[in-house]
Amino acid sequence: MNNEIYLDHAATTAVDPRVKTAMDKYWTEEFGNPGSFHTAGLRALRALNNARSAVAKILNCAPEEVIFTGSGTESTNTAIKGVFRAAKATKKNHIITSTVEHPAVLETLEYLEKYEGAEVTRLAVNKHGQIEPAELEKAIRPETLLVSVMYANNEIGTINRIAELSAIAKKNRALFHTDACQAGGVLDIDVKKLGIDLMTINGSKLYAPKGVGALYVRRGVQIHPLIHGGGQENRLRSGTENIPLIVGFATALEFAQQERGPENARQTVLREKLIKGVLGSVPKTFLNGHPTERLPNNVNISFLDIEGEALLLMMNEHGICASTGSACTSKSLDPSHVILALGLPYEASHGSIRFTLGKYTTEQDINKVLEVLPGIVKGLRSISPVNLRMEDVLPQERLEELKALQEIAK
Amino acid sequence: MIELKTEQADASTEQLTRKPTVHADVQAKQTAKEMEEWFYTDVVKDHFFSPRNILRTTQEVENYKHDGMGMVGSPACGDMMKMWIKIDQASDKIIDCKWQTFGCGSAIASTSMLSVMLTENGGMKLDQALHLKPQDIVKRLIDLPQRKFHCSVLGDKALRAAINDHFSKSGQHSRMVIEGAKVIDKILKITDKDIEEAVLEGAVTLEDVQKKTKVGAQDKSCIPEVEQLIRFYREKFFGG
Repeated sequence: MNNEIYLDHAATTAVDPRVKTAMDKYWTEEFGNPGSFHTAGLRALRALNNARSAVAKILNCAPEEVIFTGSGTESTNTAIKGVFRAAKATKKNHIITSTVEHPAVLETLEYLEKYEGAEVTRLAVNKHGQIEPAELEKAIRPETLLVSVMYANNEIGTINRIAELSAIAKKNRALFHTDACQAGGVLDIDVKKLGIDLMTINGSKLYAPKGVGALYVRRGVQIHPLIHGGGQENRLRSGTENIPLIVGFATALEFAQQERGPENARQTVLREKLIKGVLGSVPKTFLNGHPTERLPNNVNISFLDIEGEALLLMMNEHGICASTGSACTSKSLDPSHVILALGLPYEASHGSIRFTLGKYTTEQDINKVLEVLPGIVKGLRSISPVNLRMEDVLPQERLEELKALQEIAK
Repeated sequence: MIELKTEQADASTEQLTRKPTVHADVQAKQTAKEMEEWFYTDVVKDHFFSPRNILRTTQEVENYKHDGMGMVGSPACGDMMKMWIKIDQASDKIIDCKWQTFGCGSAIASTSMLSVMLTENGGMKLDQALHLKPQDIVKRLIDLPQRKFHCSVLGDKALRAAINDHFSKSGQHSRMVIEGAKVIDKILKITDKDIEEAVLEGAVTLEDVQKKTKVGAQDKSCIPEVEQLIRFYREKFFGG
């Protein structure tokens, strides 16, 4: 991996070598189709069942409630479109979500709104990016079919209190879906504790290969498949099961969940070091997202007076891979919809950078970032005609919060 | 109405006939290019990592004697540029040019390249500078990803503003080029500039432009004109 410092684990993770080993024999030796009536098929079926049981055990649900899919996006599409289409005969057509969801949720809902008669409410979030239970309470109505709120945000790492939110949905007889793509390998994903009906998880963020995801569908939830055919995956996802990827997914999820305690603690220390290091050494910066209720691997910092993509390019030149949801890297030139939803003015929404740590991230990596970043920012600021003051772009309470953080940093 | 229909039909048949014959190769190349488009050409990178003709500190800005200054954009839009020019009155040439940019890699690189183009070979004549097109900058940078095109446009606009400033200061009022915006959507007061901006940001269809501007949401009568403008700006900036 040469000298590259990879801090973009929210985009995707490397495959854990142990996971790769577990998958190995399913490519050339155990290549059977679980649907076949012979021993080769039977062995494949066993591998599939074992994988499903392993995932179910972690989710604290029955194996038949776990559906393997091709990605987190597919899981989310199946959950939302599937539930909406199955409810056609009822009068329920209202779906509640938040403004900071992943495009897999937002675009799917926009589609249903436009072409299939869905009515969608998008809840605003608080300054840290969390959905307030009171807001959900206000928005929910008798015809609310589904509430879809992410477990943890992919850009700013803020964690939502899913159990509190799902209780409100249940009380109002609405289903609850959570997009747990960023949370799957990191947080407790016991569906009973979370009180949810549907959950999206994805392999490429938890050291499994890309191209595999899972959807939890509580028994009794009325749902239609996206893909019709041979009736695999409890009739919810036809197509021959991809055994190597499914085995990889289950193995990776098991490792991640077994090891998450100490690993989360380790990453939290590095995360805090990075946050405090940057805020302490680079003027006119602030943290986006919740200060404590955030993923152990997520650091999202805004830099005034410079643009995120320029900063990314400079860091890339130093071998540091990070990301920005802002302006120029995404297809749209608008600032990140998540950062904007936090209620900051446009001026403060362009220079945000996301660093996401992983299990192979070391303290040396963080030190390297802290070593080069101040100089890079200084250089870009020196050619920028903009000179904003923090007081002009941040509300008073955020300024005070920040001051406290910077005190600790010193 | 009937006229509009024939026009649309023409456009689509033209597309149908053009696509497979002429553009097959180009299209394949473009897809490959788009996949790698985060990575800029070496020239872009060079100008980004070592920007030319830059003013670095407020001190340098204050001390820089200039004949015209232009500023476009705002921090809220995510792009802002300042450009200063020195003019040799006798030859009507730009003899020096400095700038500062808040923006992405392409914005920084295109302003840097523009400053080089204006000052190389003894400086560019003002009339020639006024005829510079964003495509000329892009050509010198070898290429820019399509959605980054608006960055080179900003540099061009900053230059025009600086030249106008010079004309105004030196009493050459008749030479000033005033770009007035024309209101297209009478209800929402959306101008041709707004449509231009939407196209530069990557809007291709009427629907894309409406998503960005809401043009024609109430004033439906303006839609044929909007469609013409989209074609016009697509042609202007992206060559059709």
